[in-house]
Amino acid sequence: MKDTILEIKDLSVIYKTDLETVEAVNGISLTIGKGKTYGLVGETGAGKTTTALSILRLLPAATGRVLGGSIQFDGEDVLSLSESDMCALRGRRIAMVFQDPMTSLNPVMTVGDQIAEALLVHDRKMGKEEVERRVEETLSMVGILPSRKIEYPHQFSGGMKQRVVIAMALACEPELLIADEPTTALDVTIQAQVLMMIKELRNRLGTSMLMITHDLGIVAKICDDVGVMYAGEIVESGSVEDIFSPGRHHPYTEGLFGSIPDLKSRARRLTPIAGLMPDPTALPQGCVFAPRCKKCQERCKTVRPKAVTEGTHRIACHLYGGQAAGSAQGISGGQDAFRRKEEQ
Amino acid sequence: MTEQRNATPAAEVFKKQSQAKEIWRRFKKNRGAVIGLILLSAILLIIIFADLIVPYEQATVQDMSQKLATPSPEHWFGMDSYGRDLFARVIHGGRTSLSIALLATLSSCVVGSALGAVAGYFGGWVDNLIMRSLDIFMSVPDILFTMAVVFALGANFTNLLIALTLAYFTNYVRLVRSQVLNLSEQDYVEAARAGGAGSARIIISHILPNAIGVIIVNTTLNVAKIILYESTLSFLGLGMPPPSPEWGLILSEAREFMRRAPHMMLFPAMAIVLSACSVNLIGDGLRDALDPHLKS
Repeated sequence: MKDTILEIKDLSVIYKTDLETVEAVNGISLTIGKGKTYGLVGETGAGKTTTALSILRLLPAATGRVLGGSIQFDGEDVLSLSESDMCALRGRRIAMVFQDPMTSLNPVMTVGDQIAEALLVHDRKMGKEEVERRVEETLSMVGILPSRKIEYPHQFSGGMKQRVVIAMALACEPELLIADEPTTALDVTIQAQVLMMIKELRNRLGTSMLMITHDLGIVAKICDDVGVMYAGEIVESGSVEDIFSPGRHHPYTEGLFGSIPDLKSRARRLTPIAGLMPDPTALPQGCVFAPRCKKCQERCKTVRPKAVTEGTHRIACHLYGGQAAGSAQGISGGQDAFRRKEEQ
Repeated sequence: MTEQRNATPAAEVFKKQSQAKEIWRRFKKNRGAVIGLILLSAILLIIIFADLIVPYEQATVQDMSQKLATPSPEHWFGMDSYGRDLFARVIHGGRTSLSIALLATLSSCVVGSALGAVAGYFGGWVDNLIMRSLDIFMSVPDILFTMAVVFALGANFTNLLIALTLAYFTNYVRLVRSQVLNLSEQDYVEAARAGGAGSARIIISHILPNAIGVIIVNTTLNVAKIILYESTLSFLGLGMPPPSPEWGLILSEAREFMRRAPHMMLFPAMAIVLSACSVNLIGDGLRDALDPHLKS
């Protein structure tokens, strides 16, 4: 218990409107250790952001609802906290970095003022000089000249803006940082810079992190544990080694690896996963991945697979249910190719 | 910009100055706004020091022998139908007219914006309650409503202020609500919420500053409207009670003598137009100057 900062158990979230009910997250469980980074991978619409928002209790009030499960942050049940306790928790102990730095900053406030505000929200009594000193410290921590604090967001480039957003999130030195696709809106060279910075800051401040991404490269670079999410479920989870080393894998994970371009193998076509994510208002009865799965069997269509655990590695697929046989099927070349690429 | 970068140590002091300076620099570039500012300052100065220019008695003492006299060196704007000096009446009348107009604009802006922000931000039943009450409110014609208020409370400065505020706050509610609906969907509002900011802080420091441009433009347009509306009330006998000078009142008195003595109408009308114009010009300039995007 002491080593865990965040523990989610059987969390289910729906978005309910008058017309339909969207089952966004269906009974996911994950655990983030202190100082560890958990990578949540999956396609658009898999429920990654919904998970993040539920941790902060920021689901849209009119539609979003947590159906069941629990979220324990440092031993406290987040879902039963009062709104004012939540306000004290947000930003101070759990901070979030949003996907698009272009719109995550208030255009009419200088960046210095915005970082100062992040500080003042949680400590109103902080003296002016102290605030200014902290603002300058935080800015230089993310590699921005402190003198630029008097500038407005539109005077910064995209990568610089994301640095400011990260500075705001880290200003109060939170225990858990939720990064929701922090590099998706940036170009590749800047992505690498920002990632390196996040990694370095995480190591320096000892912050635990929930990294939401759809980029397996990012996961390989900075995560300790990984959860692969599909249609609101975590279909496979484990340590980075579990996921990236060849062996038994969920067909969806294999599909993800198969969809990555490989520099080594020449002229090979990418093998994307055929089909689309199931309609979250009407999920399939059996395994959620069954309609797109190449290895789909009869029972996949009717029975939800139970998770099979092997050490830290957990897979929810009928292929591995019960008997250890059939593991040979699960080996794919994708992981090998990916690892080769990473090693270079 | 380069000097600012080098000025890190004194940044706190420096920043505050530089923002005001920046806004002023951008405001100055707009020639119309500067003209408006000069004009309004001149009008306000004349009105504030009206007693030094012409004593108040001049505005009320009647000299029937000079009834409807045309402008002359002694009486710059001529005389009205009771033989009172029009120049004195116009500049003393400006005190009441402009202070009611400016105060009523301010109060309707504050009341309307606050209600609109609350309705737009919280949504749900709060929104419904405010907006449906507003619908009922707006279904009664403004003039009828104002008349009822003035009749019930009596015609004096404060009650006129209340009546005008009630007649004009409604469009702010709708305007600000629509802005807030739009702005509260922005990522930076979500980010602020994720940072632990409460509703009040989000509304005050993130949403309203982004809506300020629209509010300012609407406000300056309203000043002109309120000056005219106030004249309408005076015209109906619901404004400031005579013989106190007031632009709308003078204008309505002049109506009877429009043909024989057009000067009686010209000068108060000019005063209204000039003050309305100057406020509009300033509003335009201010909106551009306050928007950091247009910084060049």
